[in-house]
Amino acid sequence: MKTGGSLSIWFFIGASLLVNGLLIFGAGVYELFHPPEEQVVLHGLHANVWWGGILAVIGGVYCIYFAPGKGRL
Amino acid sequence: MTLLFASADASRLVRLSTVDLVIIVFYFALVLAIGFYLKERSNTGEDFFMAGREMTAWIAGLSFLSANLGSLELMGWAGAAYQYGILAAHWYWIGAIPAMLFLALVMMPFYYISKTHSVPGYLKLRFGEGSRALSSISFALMTVLMSGINMYSMALVLKIILGWNINFSIWVSSLTVAIYVSLGGLRSAIFNEVLQFILIWAGALLIPILGLADAGGWGALKTRIATNASAEYTHLWSTLGRFDDNPMGIHWTGIVFGLGAIISFGYWTTDFLVVQRVLSAKDLRAAKMAPIIGAGFKMMVPFIVILPGLLALAVLPMKLTGEAQAIATGGHSYNEVLPLMLARYCGPGLLGLGITALIAGFMSGMAGNVSAFTTVWTYDIYRALIKRDGSDQHYVSMGRWSTIIGVIISVGTAYLVMDFKSIMDYVQALFSFFIAPLFGTVILGMLWKRATPAGGFLGLLAGTLSSIGMWAWVKVDSSALRYVALSAHARDMAENMYRALWSWVVCVLVTIAVSMLTKPKPDSELKGLVYGVTDIPSESYVTVFHRPWFWASVVAVLFLMVNVVFW
Repeated sequence: MKTGGSLSIWFFIGASLLVNGLLIFGAGVYELFHPPEEQVVLHGLHANVWWGGILAVIGGVYCIYFAPGKGRL
Repeated sequence: MTLLFASADASRLVRLSTVDLVIIVFYFALVLAIGFYLKERSNTGEDFFMAGREMTAWIAGLSFLSANLGSLELMGWAGAAYQYGILAAHWYWIGAIPAMLFLALVMMPFYYISKTHSVPGYLKLRFGEGSRALSSISFALMTVLMSGINMYSMALVLKIILGWNINFSIWVSSLTVAIYVSLGGLRSAIFNEVLQFILIWAGALLIPILGLADAGGWGALKTRIATNASAEYTHLWSTLGRFDDNPMGIHWTGIVFGLGAIISFGYWTTDFLVVQRVLSAKDLRAAKMAPIIGAGFKMMVPFIVILPGLLALAVLPMKLTGEAQAIATGGHSYNEVLPLMLARYCGPGLLGLGITALIAGFMSGMAGNVSAFTTVWTYDIYRALIKRDGSDQHYVSMGRWSTIIGVIISVGTAYLVMDFKSIMDYVQALFSFFIAPLFGTVILGMLWKRATPAGGFLGLLAGTLSSIGMWAWVKVDSSALRYVALSAHARDMAENMYRALWSWVVCVLVTIAVSMLTKPKPDSELKGLVYGVTDIPSESYVTVFHRPWFWASVVAVLFLMVNVVFW
């Protein structure tokens, strides 16, 4: 679906996932080098690293695929 | 982040890091930006109230589901799963899937071909002004109450998790919704609902994944639940033979006929909150596909809602209780299951995304109620009963103002429901007051051309009054439960199921009886409204894989499979 100008709804979703993914990934990487004093359960799985990475990749793909001007619905 | 499980600081469960706060602020900025961005596309009534009727099946389908994913879905059903076990999944499977498929294949053609703006609008075309007035006023009342419940739930969770002031949470969230819905209308609500749907999954999906790893897999989870609670908590159907054999105190007839046949059909096929999203579809095939897409995703929602509740039974170190006991003892209530699980597994960043998922759920539910209220108020109450000759611009302006006023009324409602003992039971009671009888009226209107305007109106009125009457009867005399719910052992949820069933039966019987005694409309006035006198467009021009019935069959088979697997 196209909206007011040239932005697809999926572009907004991609941008949201990309920004959130990068922030979570960054926080996870920081924790790798500066482990917190009080840790969550299963901290050793470093979920914020891989989950943040997955979100960022999916978000990036959506941003590129549905970038303004590409005419995709 | 600092975990404070069972710690001295009972007023706050977790402390957000800077990155968590950035994620939450980014979310609020994005939804507001979308509202401002779409303002230029909401200048006509068709744009503001119906999103221009140009949504694809995917957008309409995800929005259809997201509008239902309010606070009650995320918080309430996770708590219900902790309290009642996997029985809570009935509200996602038999309590949703058949009705959604029925809406798509049977009812959608009449809603769509009639070009109605709303469900009360359909009743006006089929039964006349009386039925529309009754259903629109009851719907408007229900939506503002639901919206208020959403707000209260969100404020409560933010207070529990973050220690935020409850008034601050209510006003910030409600003003945000008021701004983006009043600016961009239904298009903005739908657009944000799709975004919120994705964020809900992104933020909530990790809990069951990490929870299963923590519990040692599904088999180990069942063993631990059997130890901590009861083995009955992991069975969907096998414990429903007797009222006192299962944690919910319900019989299978209540689930099948009360929930599966009446409440769910009433909600998913006649509640304008969800039907409005499908009416915005670009064509009839998209309108039929949207509920089927929604049903496919609905079947997966228990993974992020019910499973965390079950996992909490196995892995949380503390015992959760009802709201009143939790307040009295300083413990945690059932409704805190998701926040507790978030705090258990989510570190910096993930916690912010999880909180954003909860807020997104609350806001999508709230926006859904507000946008539906605005349409029904403007078209079915204001234009029908107060000012019939206004311009299109006048009604758009009324739509924007009624959005803001609806939010303010909802805020007042939020303060009212603060003292109510159980959010879920309250909502179920509301459903049975209005939704179950409405389903009786709409389904007879669509499938039985002999139904008359007098029959439709009096049936709806009798069904609604009988439901309220049964509710009041049990409140005044608790021994009446054995008549209303067929058992003195029935719990609140079971009582709601049966009350809905009886009110639907009353509605249908009165509609049929009155219709047989009054003059029906001629066929020429029923075209596009009733089965048998409406030409349904053929779908032979598309391949089998593009036909709604094919995908409905796929979803139906999957639905049967999950019920057998978790029997």
